[in-house]
Amino acid sequence: MSRIKVELKKKDVDTIREICRSFSNNPDELINVLHKIQHAFGYLPAEVQEVVARELRIAVAKVYGVVTFYSFFSMVPKGRHPISVCTGTACYVRGAENVLSEFRKELNIDVGETTPDGRFSISCLRCVGACGLAPVVMVGEKTYGRVSPEMVRDIIREYEGQ
Amino acid sequence: MTDFKIHLLVCGGTNCRSSRSSILAEQLRAEIKNQGLDDYAQVVTTGCFGYCENGPVIKVIPDNTIYTQVRPEDAEEIVTNHIVKGRKVNRLLYKDPRTDKIIVDAREMETYKKQIRIALRNCGVIDPESIDEYIAKDGYTALGKVLTTMSPEEVIQIIKRSGLRGRGGAGFLTGLKWELTRQTPGKEKYVVCNADEGDPGAFMDRSILEGDPHSIIEAMAINGYCTGASQGLVYIRAEYPLAIDRLRKAIHQAQEYGMLGADIFSTGFDFDISLRFGAGAFVCGEETALIHSMEGGRGEPTMKPPFPSVKGFLGKPTNVNNVETFANVPAIINKGTEWFRSIGTEKSKGTKVFALAGKVNNVGLIEVPMGITLREVIFEIGGGIKNDKKFKGVQIGGPSGGCLTEKHLDVPIDYESLVDAGAMMGSGGMIIMDEDDCMVDVAKFFLDFTVDESCGKCTPCRIGNKRLHELLINITKGNGKEEDIERLINLGNVIKDTSLCMLGQSAPNPVLSILENFIEEYEAHIRDKKCPAGVCKDLMKYEIVAENCVGCTACARACPVGAITGERKEVHYIDQSLCIKCGACMDRCKFNAVIIN
Repeated sequence: MSRIKVELKKKDVDTIREICRSFSNNPDELINVLHKIQHAFGYLPAEVQEVVARELRIAVAKVYGVVTFYSFFSMVPKGRHPISVCTGTACYVRGAENVLSEFRKELNIDVGETTPDGRFSISCLRCVGACGLAPVVMVGEKTYGRVSPEMVRDIIREYEGQ
Repeated sequence: MTDFKIHLLVCGGTNCRSSRSSILAEQLRAEIKNQGLDDYAQVVTTGCFGYCENGPVIKVIPDNTIYTQVRPEDAEEIVTNHIVKGRKVNRLLYKDPRTDKIIVDAREMETYKKQIRIALRNCGVIDPESIDEYIAKDGYTALGKVLTTMSPEEVIQIIKRSGLRGRGGAGFLTGLKWELTRQTPGKEKYVVCNADEGDPGAFMDRSILEGDPHSIIEAMAINGYCTGASQGLVYIRAEYPLAIDRLRKAIHQAQEYGMLGADIFSTGFDFDISLRFGAGAFVCGEETALIHSMEGGRGEPTMKPPFPSVKGFLGKPTNVNNVETFANVPAIINKGTEWFRSIGTEKSKGTKVFALAGKVNNVGLIEVPMGITLREVIFEIGGGIKNDKKFKGVQIGGPSGGCLTEKHLDVPIDYESLVDAGAMMGSGGMIIMDEDDCMVDVAKFFLDFTVDESCGKCTPCRIGNKRLHELLINITKGNGKEEDIERLINLGNVIKDTSLCMLGQSAPNPVLSILENFIEEYEAHIRDKKCPAGVCKDLMKYEIVAENCVGCTACARACPVGAITGERKEVHYIDQSLCIKCGACMDRCKFNAVIIN
């Protein structure tokens, strides 16, 4: 993975500090802290992890270990409209694989990548628990159910110009 | 309080909300107001009804009408016809998928008849965001009874005698776990609710938290009283925003009503609950991994013993139970052990919630007594296979479970019988597969999942499963060798015997059970280089049957890569070197001239 260099502004560092303090700088709360920070910044670059480690008084390696362990955390920015294709079992047997490859073909990026214009990124997730609507795709917070490869182009078109 | 004559229950579970049920509820409310029926009818947003396939679902009380696939635009018609004129809206009524019969009264539904709802007793019945509705359904009476009239030992005896076993998969006796935590000395102890429902295709824990969060709070407090813990923690998946939101609200309400906090019911018992979030790691469903994750670290499992009951969260005695297990507790306290023991089989008491998904007509949540057969679940409650296809197999217990087939349809569902048949109860996911599914591909899919989710701590799981996966990839690509079957069996058994935690110990299960039940499919892939179900793309070839082709050019126009050539009114031809096997030609052909070879 290519390393993205980020320069944190003072106000960004303050935000991180604030979040750490809201959990009393308790290292046991590391995962909750990271959730909050990712919510604020969209992703967790190395520079952010360094600040967190300093605030919670733990090794950067420990923070990095946790960030890379859990699939929910990302070290690269996602697209403005992150596309998540559910590849849980129920969606899989109802054809999620074909939907996923259609998205990859349409956007010309692979899973885990973001389009050059920063609009879309594709990721897979394991079951949102909406198995009645399988196969399921989420774009941001919006859920699309019973998605077929033919619907993919229309879904992408909904976000045209955004 | 207004005495409403008609209640419109609108499902507000994740499935139905994704199909705009919250807009539907708003429309219904607006329409009721419009027609001046504010004092007569009421709209209640509830938890999941279990008919997720046909969402959004609404139920009208008192006449038990179920409307399915209701759109917000239908609100006016429902209010005008059903509420005002008392005439049901026929086109929205539930239709039995097997008989095409329209069901007027929900009690007539086959899906309903064989179910007994204990853990799901309030889901789809009450407004999960109202503690008053929970209390009106005997909520918090069990906690009151326990705190004011019983000793912790007495309660533990009741849970033990009831025969309740862990619903998260392993089936450990719940009462025994409670007793173990109680007996371990320690000033500080913890109660943990495992809501890290990682099994893809299982969504019962989410539905309980979304539909009846107070039952979990009540059960955790009862557990705290029994084990001597004053702090409860719910470890919940971050992927479940609605469940998190409802649980937060419920905790807040319980605190306001004095059901949580200091000196509950003036008995001197203190108990409170906070939330911890998962971050997307399947292995965190394993209790030691879950505890490490709650402590802010990587969710890697550790050797047991020591069990969490002895040394758990922050090194303190910790009682970990799954959501569904907890949901049973208040009902057992209220209705007694005899009642609970009367349901189920000799060794598996009570009910189990299953999430039916895949190629079945009624995808959704069901709760059935232990001992019911797979046939009853799939063909009666589940309404049979979609599009009248042929049933092929059912994966029970998620990626760690096994795949059962036609010959197992009459196996009674309980912990022991499922293990004997080569599957396991697991968390209760049931994925039904039909003739179009390739079982080798399914085995590969499950292994793909476990390889991805293996935490990497122990070698058999990290490397062994990877090798197993590679063998399967080779087979589905047509590069399988005769000796691969034996290799799969040997390697699978070594991984099962030597892995550290249940994830590794059970990862080869789907591969092995599919090998046992569908050996002919493996052989077809390896010997004949053929995929009988036509799923494995590397093994199939689209061809045009000359006799059937009329030369309409539809296939050539549909082909995205221009692999099909042929003059008008002449037989067409597919160039295999260009074909990407997308199947567009086959979909388009009206003369059955395109076949898979």
